Amino acid sequence: MKPTSETELAEMIRAADGPLCIQGAGTRGLSCDGDVLDTTGLSGVTLYDPGALTLVAGAGTTLTEVEDLLAKEGQRLAFEPRRLNALLGTSGETTLGGIVATNSAGPARIALGNCADHLLGVRFVNGAGEIVKNGGRVMKNVTGYDLVKLLAGSHGTLGVLTELSLKVLPQPETEATLAITGQTSAEAQKMMARALGSPFEVTGAVHIPGGDTLLRIEGFEDSVVYRTGKLSELTGAEVSLQGEASRARWADLRDLTMFSGGDADIWRLRLKPSDGPDAMARLQPGKALMDMAGGEIWLEHQAGDNLRSQLKGLNCDAQQIRGQGAERFQPQSPALAKLQSGLRAQFDPRGILNAGLMG
Amino acid sequence: MQMPQPDARVLDRKDRIIARLRAALPDCPVISDPRELHAYECDALTAYRCPPMCVVLPGSTEEVSAALRICHEEQAPVVPRGAGTSLAGGALPTADSVIIGVARLNRFLETDYTNRFIRVQTGVTNLSVTGQVQEDGFFYAPDPSSQLACAIAGNIAMNSGGAHCLKYGVTTNNLLGVTMVMMDGEVVEIGGEYPDAGGGLNLLGLICGSEGQLGIVTEATLRILHAPEGARPVMIGFDSNEVAGECVSDIIRAGILPVAIEFMDRPCIRACEAFAKAGYPDVEALLIVEVEGSEDEISHQLSLIKDIAMKHNPAEFRESTSSEESAAIWLGRKSAFGAMGQINDYMCLDGTIPVSELPYVLRRIGEMSKDYGLDVANVFHAGDGNMHPLILFDANKPGDLELCEEFGADILKLCVEVGGCLTGEHGVGVEKRDLMDHQYAPVDIEAQLRVKDVFDPAWLLNSAKVFPLTHTENRRKGALPPSAS
Repeated sequence: MKPTSETELAEMIRAADGPLCIQGAGTRGLSCDGDVLDTTGLSGVTLYDPGALTLVAGAGTTLTEVEDLLAKEGQRLAFEPRRLNALLGTSGETTLGGIVATNSAGPARIALGNCADHLLGVRFVNGAGEIVKNGGRVMKNVTGYDLVKLLAGSHGTLGVLTELSLKVLPQPETEATLAITGQTSAEAQKMMARALGSPFEVTGAVHIPGGDTLLRIEGFEDSVVYRTGKLSELTGAEVSLQGEASRARWADLRDLTMFSGGDADIWRLRLKPSDGPDAMARLQPGKALMDMAGGEIWLEHQAGDNLRSQLKGLNCDAQQIRGQGAERFQPQSPALAKLQSGLRAQFDPRGILNAGLMG
Repeated sequence: MQMPQPDARVLDRKDRIIARLRAALPDCPVISDPRELHAYECDALTAYRCPPMCVVLPGSTEEVSAALRICHEEQAPVVPRGAGTSLAGGALPTADSVIIGVARLNRFLETDYTNRFIRVQTGVTNLSVTGQVQEDGFFYAPDPSSQLACAIAGNIAMNSGGAHCLKYGVTTNNLLGVTMVMMDGEVVEIGGEYPDAGGGLNLLGLICGSEGQLGIVTEATLRILHAPEGARPVMIGFDSNEVAGECVSDIIRAGILPVAIEFMDRPCIRACEAFAKAGYPDVEALLIVEVEGSEDEISHQLSLIKDIAMKHNPAEFRESTSSEESAAIWLGRKSAFGAMGQINDYMCLDGTIPVSELPYVLRRIGEMSKDYGLDVANVFHAGDGNMHPLILFDANKPGDLELCEEFGADILKLCVEVGGCLTGEHGVGVEKRDLMDHQYAPVDIEAQLRVKDVFDPAWLLNSAKVFPLTHTENRRKGALPPSAS
């Protein structure tokens, strides 16, 4: 099924007599049982107002189309959505719907927030085939409940997104990367925390075990020079990349290209940054990336093994990104699980939308 | 504005309910003296008043849970209350309600600079959170203008903003986790000490801004940031609202992201000047643009802003060169509400519009002002389109409040018409409740009501707010019969 309009989509969902597997371009490896409902027909930018920093587009619109359009005005999606093609070996063009449904965000999330923080409005079709809107296209909006935030990251289990309204931000004039080599995870975590606890607005802080610890500064040219100088004094890291070279490096980090290929499973942990080194010590991964100053760790793990048993006692959410055989999402406490299944039953009474995907 | 008729069955059980609360909470004030209840009969929307049945002021999450459990068993409506500063009537009681206030939940629990968060009980004031960390160079970003008095609980309930949201976001963008008590007394932990903690559906984003209808938040983990090295404003006056609007748009398009862009129109400038004598020029529109960073970074950004402004032939361009001059530039703006209050009673609105619609909306407000015969002044967070028209009226003149409300409703409908919304940071409460149908279709509202069904199936928690009463009537009346105990 490939609807080309919201109305057609609503009719298809009303007529559905079994589970539906909602897919954008299928780049994120999240298929589940049921007839495939392809959302790429719901595409196109319907409004772009650079002076108001807002963009409205169909959920099937590709990220590339949006980024190209924004670049012409010197703007961007500041939450740095990730493309997972390299990591998952998928082809196809990442769609806005996939980004919102997974609440994706890259290294900039530590300073600028995730996709939900930049999502201003949604239109979606719920499991009963009703067309619902929430939020709008203005930056401050507290009119009624914030279903916009709820839909972000709901992985298609509450409704099929049709149209999204996003906040955009100016592309900085330039950027630079500071690097230091050979730190332990613990040293790197402390250094990144010190940098983030400064007034110099670090917009990326990652550590690659056995490799570099990297900090990113973005802004006007003079400002980047000044801030990298100050951060260098503070942390001992040196400027290693500037301008385009820096951008290219962070695009690789964003899209996790270092995990391309291989047989290992890939997991993403989220935890208190200062707990990052502890998690690393327990898991001893072959390959890992500590993003968010240690608060978001991407790592390789033995195929088929549920690493959660090794993280007991640590306040940590583990999500399996590549591989099978374990619950993909972090199990919820009974109280929260009850609320979530209650919400799903309200949005999708027949339980047909990406059934079972999130538990 | 109508409130539901108090439930006679609940009123009949008043003595028993109060006795049960007192027995279960021996260390906790349970206020029922009619004179003492006066303090709780309204919030900052003083036009509507009603004393509650009683007020409970718990000192812990457990006490909130115990109080809610009793209210749930007795099927008594509950109205949560922070510091009572809501401009939307979010804490307005009904005669059959129990107010549960968080005023005694005023402890700071943990500060963690490594992971950049602070955990607080939600009765603490917004400004005191920054007060707790500023000696170490940190701050809590959301800054509603009531920040000296307003409680974090209310900030979370209303998803409060402030003047500096353009750069730092509103409450929801700075909230990491909450401890919340649900109507049946169950305590849930949502989120945690790091962004997106907990996995699963984004319940934290749903709770923030739910106006106390899904639960009572007793503890919160808030993101703190290191303060910038410095900040400095510039004041730019224009002879036309249209040109001022274009200037705002050009600044944003040039890639500068000021921490605040405030806009005042002529009636507002004149009133503020008469009140505060800040030395404001008599122009059609005034912008205050503030940027942050080191001295050199500030100078560079201000020079870019000056270049942009000069292309629009401003009537006035005044750059601050000292902290005294910065204070003078902000003085008038920060006195806006006091200045209006000196002239007359006023109603403060809170719609948001797409920034590009600003000139049209201001022109229409001016025309409506003539039609209604009521003066209006506009202050505006221009960077994010959040308007605060202040309508002046005389509360002692019969019919003036109603006229003012009608005018206010027309302005908010206009905001929706041009692609904006009814409320940017104050919340719907009772004030904008009956306008919700202008923003949302019935199916959009129903989707929200179904969320409340999950958290509060008996519809006891702050249930007469946010949604027009006709939409919620059956749900509110569907409350279970009182328990026999």
